Amino acid sequence: MDLNYTAEEQAFREEVRQFLREKLPPEIAAKVKAHKRLTKEEIVRWQKILNERGWFALHWPKEYGGTGWGPIKRHIFEEEMAAAGAPGIVPFGVSMVGPVIIKFGTEEQKKKYLPRILNQEDWWCQGYSEPGAGSDLASLKTRAVREGDYYIVNGQKTWTTLGQHANMMFCLVRTNPDAKPQEGISFLLIDMKTPGITVRPIITLDGEHEVNEVFLDNVKVPVENLVGEENKGWTCAKYLLTYERTGIAGVGMAKEGLRRLKEIASKQLKNGRPLIEDPGFRARIAAVEMELMALEVTNLRMVAAAQNGGVPGAESSMLKVRGTEIRQEITNLTRQALGPYALPYVPEARDAGYQGEPIGPEYANPLAAEYFNRRKISIYGGSNEIQKNIISKMILGL
Amino acid sequence: MDFSLTDEQRMLQDTVARLVREQYDFETRQKLAKSELGFSRDFWRQYAEMGLLGVPFSEAVGGFGGGGVELMLVMQEFGKGLVVEPYLATVVLGGGLVEALGSDAQKEDILGRVIAGELLLAFAHGEPDSRYSLSQVATKAERSGDGWKLTGQKAVVLNGAEADLLIVSARVSGNLTDTDGIGLFLVDPKAAGVKIRGCGTIDGLRVAEISLDGVQVGADAALGEPGKAYAAIERVTGRGILALCSEAVGAMEVVCNMTLEYLKTRKQFGQPIGKFQALQHRMVDMFMELEQARSMAILAASVVDSDDVAERERTLSAAKYIIGKGGRFVAEQGIQLHGGIGMTWEYAMPHFAKRLVMIDHQLGDVDFHLDRFSALMETAEAAA
Ligand SMILES: Cc1cc2nc3c(=O)[nH]c(=O)nc-3n(C[C@H](O)[C@H](O)[C@H](O)COP(=O)(O)OP(=O)(O)OC[C@H]3O[C@@H](n4cnc5c(N)ncnc54)[C@H](O)[C@@H]3O)c2cc1C
Repeated sequence: MDLNYTAEEQAFREEVRQFLREKLPPEIAAKVKAHKRLTKEEIVRWQKILNERGWFALHWPKEYGGTGWGPIKRHIFEEEMAAAGAPGIVPFGVSMVGPVIIKFGTEEQKKKYLPRILNQEDWWCQGYSEPGAGSDLASLKTRAVREGDYYIVNGQKTWTTLGQHANMMFCLVRTNPDAKPQEGISFLLIDMKTPGITVRPIITLDGEHEVNEVFLDNVKVPVENLVGEENKGWTCAKYLLTYERTGIAGVGMAKEGLRRLKEIASKQLKNGRPLIEDPGFRARIAAVEMELMALEVTNLRMVAAAQNGGVPGAESSMLKVRGTEIRQEITNLTRQALGPYALPYVPEARDAGYQGEPIGPEYANPLAAEYFNRRKISIYGGSNEIQKNIISKMILGL
Repeated sequence: MDFSLTDEQRMLQDTVARLVREQYDFETRQKLAKSELGFSRDFWRQYAEMGLLGVPFSEAVGGFGGGGVELMLVMQEFGKGLVVEPYLATVVLGGGLVEALGSDAQKEDILGRVIAGELLLAFAHGEPDSRYSLSQVATKAERSGDGWKLTGQKAVVLNGAEADLLIVSARVSGNLTDTDGIGLFLVDPKAAGVKIRGCGTIDGLRVAEISLDGVQVGADAALGEPGKAYAAIERVTGRGILALCSEAVGAMEVVCNMTLEYLKTRKQFGQPIGKFQALQHRMVDMFMELEQARSMAILAASVVDSDDVAERERTLSAAKYIIGKGGRFVAEQGIQLHGGIGMTWEYAMPHFAKRLVMIDHQLGDVDFHLDRFSALMETAEAAA
């Protein structure tokens, strides 16, 4: 047992740092650190830079253009990305549909879609949830009926993250309404430009446009866009959900958030002294830092254990629950550190080029909105309650 | 980075696990805890024969040369059996201090007998008003002839009444809480002026109140240079913290497993109570606390012998805090999820729960270590 990084791992960390110093556009990093809005173009530009270095498809095997990295390297990479202010990789293409296509797709599908994911030609979105099917995903109703070489799709998807940018959607549809819920579902790849698709924004409680509703009205989808077998889509869906949870502990992001919290608490004053010197507030920071120390080791232990088996099992549910609790507590303390200056909010100030004079400390503006935004992390990707159901069933056998 | 154990470590773990599983059942433990001595000399001899009493000592003094990981493995297995023998008092704390500060002669004599199972030690450090402070020492050591005269009160000394030799901290100079000026002295418990009142603890161990009334010791009783003992006290206490954290992980594992088993077998409303989601989620929370505790024990084991004192002590405080908090949660929920059975003396689980709660009263509780971590925590400037 040795918790020190090996010389090779340290050298890798240095390599990542050097890459980020040289290749991460400073204006993008500055925006990330100030919680400004990124444009689609900026995200695509950054992901192209990652791909040029071969560091975009972190989970893919090497033969498909992935990194082939083990969990420790991925952990180091994620930590350094977060610390440098690099935008998080948008997961829907590379981390979600990519692995499904690699596992269940035909040769044609692999040849067609995988390079387009790497080259940033396609922006994918995830069409799972529906108004009536959230945690109980298998109750989904969006219907696909086979007619010749096409499926005709009718229904509604919702909460579709960044669907406004997407040209492709992977979608769960019902192909057999008479079978048991899980047995009548298929996994379809849908071109968002197909006639009959309408995307409407949903504005979240922080005032942002991040999620959408997607309406499907007699949408014609070629049968070659079916992944895996008809009515076996649930297998793909489940496989993908385990991928969705890798890196879900968010240790790198949490560490960066904690560092920012301490910085802000050192600038804010209480009774004329830095807030971070206030014993009560300092103790709350200390408490979350200690939880994070434990989570970092738990994360490394669990991913290392899963390394041989490949896909992480139900243990990743624990990482999701604890990781999101910790990250939410950090955003909570960050909001609290601002005192009354958590209140004023100028949404325009989060766009590049905003020239107005800040109200209060210039870092304050987005932080309450960020706190509200991060309430989502314990809801999506399988809510924390659902994660506990999974642990209870899969690990504890209850 | 590597979480795997070496073959030697796995063997050590298996050996202790087998002993606890095959010989140290709950009834045996309870009998020993209730006995006159409070533990078993036979088991102690067996630990000596198995080499367990030499685990943390260097090969130079006849030990096994184990580090933090070895100590963690032994104590985790002991935690699963609620082992009552004075391993912490004699081997980890007492022996640790002798190895850290003793002269070659002291080491050879004392550690040789400790490793052979022939000598029990106790570390008489805490005082009635010192709470968990390591530097608050009111007991005085005054020059007397070419030796020393010790006067003061020592409180809640683990296995103080069973020890063959006491290691007493006393102040040779400085103010009440100065780190500088603390000395350690070997004291024969039968020496004139030593009064020892032994007592059981709520969780089945033994402690003692010790008063020292002008106890005369020779110059050769000093362990290291009198006045300069603090750094060693802190370092050895750190090993004690690791030992307690590891013991707690073992005990938490038992409570979690017994509670899970109970949820699967106890029926109410016509079904196993484990079908109730409120209890399922509580059980999941308990296992998550166990995993976080296990991680902190590993982290503590990896720093316990480090010379980077700030990093070492910060991590050890974090471990004791996380495990104190998680241990109490597991203990309380273990009792709650068992209902009435969880309140009974005959059943094993509540005794593990009691031990978990009381571990928080040894070598610093959650509040103490939260404060301490808070003081040692890196702030943004330092981290940047
Ligand atoms: C910001 C955001 C982005 C999202 N992005 C996407 C996306 O891109 N694509 C996509 O398909 N979906 C997306 N989702 C949807 C997300 O996956 C769902 O919100 C989630 O699965 C929960 O479903 P629901 O909202 O219908 O809540 P419900 O399932 O109705 O749950 C309501 C509450 O009940 C609890 N609950 C439900 N069932 C149980 C149970 N069996 N036991 C105990 N508690 C239970 C839940 O935990 C929750 O607290 C996104 C959601 C958000 C908030």
